[in-house]
Amino acid sequence: MSLLVAKDIAIHFGGVKAVDGVSFSVEEGEVFAIIGPNGAGKSTIFNLISRIYPLTHGKISFDGKDITRLKAHDIAQLGIARTFQNIELFDHSTVLQNMLMGRHTHSRTSFVENILFTPKVRQQERDHRKRVEEMIEFLELEAYRNKMIAGLPYGVRKVVEIGRALAIGPKMILLDEPASGLSVEESQEVAFWIEDMRRDMGLTVLMVEHDMGLVSAVADRVLAVANGRMLAEGTAAEVQADPHVQAAYLGTAPAGEPA
Amino acid sequence: MRIIFKTSYDKDIDIHEHWGKRGAILVLLAFMAVLPFFAGEYYLAEATNTLIWALAGMGLMLLVGHTGQVSLGHAAFLAIGAYTEVALMNIGWPFLIAFPVAGIFTGIFGALIAIPAVRMSGIYLAIATLAVFVIVEELIILLEPITGGVGGLFAPSITIAGISFDRYADLSNLYWLVLLIVALVTWGYANLMRSPTGRSFLAVRDSEVSARALGINVTRTRALAFGLSTGVTGLAGALMGHYIGFFNYELFSIFISINLLLVVTIGGLGSIQGAFLGAILITAVPQLIAIFRDWANATVGINIGSIPGLDTMIFSGVLIAFIIYEPLGLYGRWLKTRTWFELFPLARRDMFRRQKSYLKTERTK
Repeated sequence: MSLLVAKDIAIHFGGVKAVDGVSFSVEEGEVFAIIGPNGAGKSTIFNLISRIYPLTHGKISFDGKDITRLKAHDIAQLGIARTFQNIELFDHSTVLQNMLMGRHTHSRTSFVENILFTPKVRQQERDHRKRVEEMIEFLELEAYRNKMIAGLPYGVRKVVEIGRALAIGPKMILLDEPASGLSVEESQEVAFWIEDMRRDMGLTVLMVEHDMGLVSAVADRVLAVANGRMLAEGTAAEVQADPHVQAAYLGTAPAGEPA
Repeated sequence: MRIIFKTSYDKDIDIHEHWGKRGAILVLLAFMAVLPFFAGEYYLAEATNTLIWALAGMGLMLLVGHTGQVSLGHAAFLAIGAYTEVALMNIGWPFLIAFPVAGIFTGIFGALIAIPAVRMSGIYLAIATLAVFVIVEELIILLEPITGGVGGLFAPSITIAGISFDRYADLSNLYWLVLLIVALVTWGYANLMRSPTGRSFLAVRDSEVSARALGINVTRTRALAFGLSTGVTGLAGALMGHYIGFFNYELFSIFISINLLLVVTIGGLGSIQGAFLGAILITAVPQLIAIFRDWANATVGINIGSIPGLDTMIFSGVLIAFIIYEPLGLYGRWLKTRTWFELFPLARRDMFRRQKSYLKTERTK
């Protein structure tokens, strides 16, 4: 059974149909990429899955459970982590604190226990730290552990955001343009990490990406969208060869259809 | 420059990085504890007042500095704390029970207010809290049987196990009591900030959308922050009532709210130390101006007191100068100075430039 199933999902902002009748399913352990020109509705699809926007119609289910009506803060609990296109880190905290915030869903202590800092809280902090250190090691962030986010270069922040999402301990991670603004070497590194996430952590990856090099390298299946509608689905090569996709990117009408 | 070797995660979990810092706090506490033996009554009373303001400042700091929510209504919570305390003690509750209950009551009141209010942010929330302040002020006047209405009421003096903590007869005892309460609250605050709850406050302050994505219930977190903040402020209000002795609703004016906001902004938003430094400045500057006025009158022969409002103007001038020239607050200045010495001669001017905005309302994007 598919891990994530989106069925005919749509959101309309007044007359603007940002996403209109998109359906896809992501299998467990798969790397699934969504591509499309600017304004196609890729990030909006992410925001629908993470429940930041309410669906106008359609249904999303994760792991066999209908998540269409859940609140945004219930999503992480189910095992869906995400990053943001414009990096939404906690700027006035250190890398370590940011990643510890990712452990929020695993905290089992009340605020009274926290104020008294009982031995249980200390033990929980140690456990959180241990998990976070695994992510720091995986993403090679050791040098930045105690640095404030506000002073870090862009490329490092992108990685920290991935680390924070991984700290949740998710089943599925949504990566919103993980390679945008990164150098060629950095985006190759991202490609390796995505491979490792899938192979070593058993994660399912759903990503939005413009860099077709990265998409071709890591994605099992690709969904192309434009103007909120689905254009094509298949392997990276198939989707790139699709005349509708080429038309959406290059602006030429496919042969046989009116312009 | 000090190099710290961390050999276990506990080193990072501890409040203080190393024994040097822990020792400094202990020395400070010891100094504060022996203050009554050599400070005169005037200075001891001022120190007590400063501690109470620091307590109220910590209450507001939790909300403004660490959760990014502005409140112009905290004078109302001081008032609720003070009146609850007096009301409970007047029906015969001992201080040891009435005091925490006053704090908890104020906290619950604050959390209830917060449930609708936290949907707002920035200037809208400030105005909503201002409205709460106005309502509470009117309520105090209307609830005359409990609050004494416009006339006000006497705060009964505190007695614990036969020991008197009266404001005038046993000022040292009251000072020690306040010091103990402030120390305990500070410890709890520091604990909170190194725990998941404190981190969720920071998360809500810095990025609501990613806080949600991490599973943080933003509304509940903000309501909790409001509750804890107003609870601590309520405790400060209760102590303020005992310190002042006789008070009516005018003690808790809007200027107290504004002064509290100044305590946290001038002290340095987002730091517990800032609440203390801000409280010291806010309570000391009017006293220093008064001393200066007397001195100027006696030696130079200029009577500043004869010009109404001049000392308020000097006070305002000092505060404005701080906001313009030291936006990071007193604690920020201290950090800069310390870093300069630690890194000497490698410190750069712009090392602190990026950490400028703390409030959500200050974000430009």
